[in-house]
Amino acid sequence: MKRRNIFSRSDRTGYLFVLPYVLYFCVFVAYPLVFSLVLMFHRWNIVTPMEWIGVRNFVRLAHDPLFFKSLANTAIFLLLHIPLQIAVALGFALLLNAKIKNRGFFRAVYFMPVVVSGVVVTVLWQQLYSYDYGVLNSIITSVGLPRVPWIVDPGVAMPSVAILATWKNVGIYIVLFLVGLQNIPQELYEAAELDGASRSRSFLHVTVPMLNPTIIAIVVLSTIGGFSLFIEPYVLTGGGPMQSTLSAMLYIYNQAFYFSHMGYAATLGIVFALFILAVVLVQRKVIESDTTG
Amino acid sequence: MKKTLAYIVLCIGVIVFGYPFLWMIAGSFKPEMEIGNLNPWSSSYTWNSFVQVFTKVPIGRAFLNSLFVSLSVTTLVVVLGSMVGYALAKLKFFGKGAIYLLILFTMMIPFQITLIPQYILMVKLGWTDTYLSLIVPSMMTGLSIILFRQFFLSVPQALIDAARIDGCSDLHILFRLIWPLSRPVIITVAILTFMASWNDVLWPLIVVRDRTLMTMPQLVTIFVIGGEAETQLGSLLAAATLLALPVIIAYAFFQRYFIESMASSGIKG
Repeated sequence: MKRRNIFSRSDRTGYLFVLPYVLYFCVFVAYPLVFSLVLMFHRWNIVTPMEWIGVRNFVRLAHDPLFFKSLANTAIFLLLHIPLQIAVALGFALLLNAKIKNRGFFRAVYFMPVVVSGVVVTVLWQQLYSYDYGVLNSIITSVGLPRVPWIVDPGVAMPSVAILATWKNVGIYIVLFLVGLQNIPQELYEAAELDGASRSRSFLHVTVPMLNPTIIAIVVLSTIGGFSLFIEPYVLTGGGPMQSTLSAMLYIYNQAFYFSHMGYAATLGIVFALFILAVVLVQRKVIESDTTG
Repeated sequence: MKKTLAYIVLCIGVIVFGYPFLWMIAGSFKPEMEIGNLNPWSSSYTWNSFVQVFTKVPIGRAFLNSLFVSLSVTTLVVVLGSMVGYALAKLKFFGKGAIYLLILFTMMIPFQITLIPQYILMVKLGWTDTYLSLIVPSMMTGLSIILFRQFFLSVPQALIDAARIDGCSDLHILFRLIWPLSRPVIITVAILTFMASWNDVLWPLIVVRDRTLMTMPQLVTIFVIGGEAETQLGSLLAAATLLALPVIIAYAFFQRYFIESMASSGIKG
C-alpha cells in the first residue's frame, strides 16, 4: 500500500516537473513550426494582413539567383573552414600532446577566442585585414610581397572569413583532439614500433584511425555551426564585396528584417533547414559506410 | 632540438591567438595616431576612446541589460532544466519516453526554421522591445535537460528512496539533496548557457530596436556597422574591449571550467 502511494505521488510530480517543458515546447517550438508552414504560402510584411499566394514563394525561390549564390557561398565557406580547422587543430594538438611544459597555459591561450564574442573577433580581424593599414598587410609588405586585398576582393573575401572563423573556433577542436590523442593506448605505438613502422607510418595507421571518432565529431559539429554563419560577414563585410560573403543565414535575415518579406524569408528558412538536414544525413551515411566498410 | 622547434611553434601560436587581444586592449588606451603601431606600449595613454564610446552610445546600460538577461536565462535554464532532467531520470510517469524523444527531436531542428515564426510570435505577444523577448524564448534548452538527465541517472536510487521515507517532497530532494551533489553538471550547464546568452547577437538584433534595451554585443555591433564610430579606430577598439573584458576576466579565473564545459559538449561559444 505504502509502495503504491510513493509511485502515484511520483506520477503526479513527474507531470508537474515536465509541465514547463511541455508548455515551452508548444509555444516556442510546435507553434513556430506550424506557423512557418502557414507562412510559406503567404505574402506578409507583418503590418498589413497576410495575403495567400499559393506556391509563389517557391516559384520565386527557384528563380532567385541570390539565394543559390548564398547557398554556394556557405558551401565554399564550409569546404575551406572545416579542413583548415582540422589541420590547424590537429597540428597544435600533436605538439601539445608531447611532453610539454606549461601545456595548460598554451591550451588556455588558444582557447581564448572561443569564449569571446564573435563581434569582438570580427572587429579585430577587420583591422587586421585592412588593406592599407592592416597588420597582416604590413607584415606581408615588410618581406617584400604585394598587399593582399583580404576583404575587398570578391575572390579573397570568403577565404578571409573562413580564416577568421577558424581562428575563433579552433581552440575547441584542439582540446577535443588532445582528449582523443590521450585516449590512444600507448601499447599501439609500441607494437607499431616493434613491427618496424616509421613515425609517419604509425601516425597514418595508428593515430589517424584512432582519431576517427574525433574527426567525425568535428566535421558534424562544424558543419552545423558553419551553416549558421551570420555575424562574421554581417559585421566584417555586410555580405560584400559583390555578395561574395553573403551567407544563407545573412540572406534570410536581410529578406525578413531588411525587406520585411516574412513569407518568403520563412520559405527560405524551411528550404535551408531541409538542406542542412540533408547534408548532415549524407555525412552520417558516408561516415557509417566508411567505418563499417 | 625537436623539442625546441615544438616550443617555437607553440609560442608562435600564443602570439597568433593572444596578441590580437593585447593589441586591441592597448589600442583602446592609445592616442589615435599610435594605434596602428604593432607595439602595445605607447608614449602616452588616454581614456579618450572610452569617453567617446560612453558619450555616443548607452554602453553602461547595455552592460547591465546583458548581465540581467544572461543571469535570468541561466537561472531559468538551470532550475527548469534540472527539474525536467530529474523527472526523466528518477520519476516514473506515463509518457516519459515520449517526452525524452520529443526533446531529442527538438534538438535536431535547425533554428533557421523557427527563427522567423518565433519573431512573429514576439510581435503578436507584444514582447518586442522588452526583456521578455530576450529571456523567455531561451528559458529552456534540450541540451541542458539531457545533460542533467544523464548526470542524475548516476545518482543512487537508494538515496532518493531514503529521503522519500523520511517524508521529503521531490522538490526538496532535488534542490536540497541532489543539487549539492551535482556541482559539475550545474557548472557546465551554467557556463554554456551564460556564454551562449551573453554572446548571442542575432536574436537581440531581431527583437530589440530600442537602444536602451539593447544587449552589449548588439549595441557594439550597431556602433561598429552603423557608422557611429566614424573613422575613429580608438573608439571601435574601446567598444570591443568593453564587450570582451568581462568575459576575458571571468575566463582568466575559471578557465579550466570554461574549457571543460565547452569542449565536453562541443558547442560553439
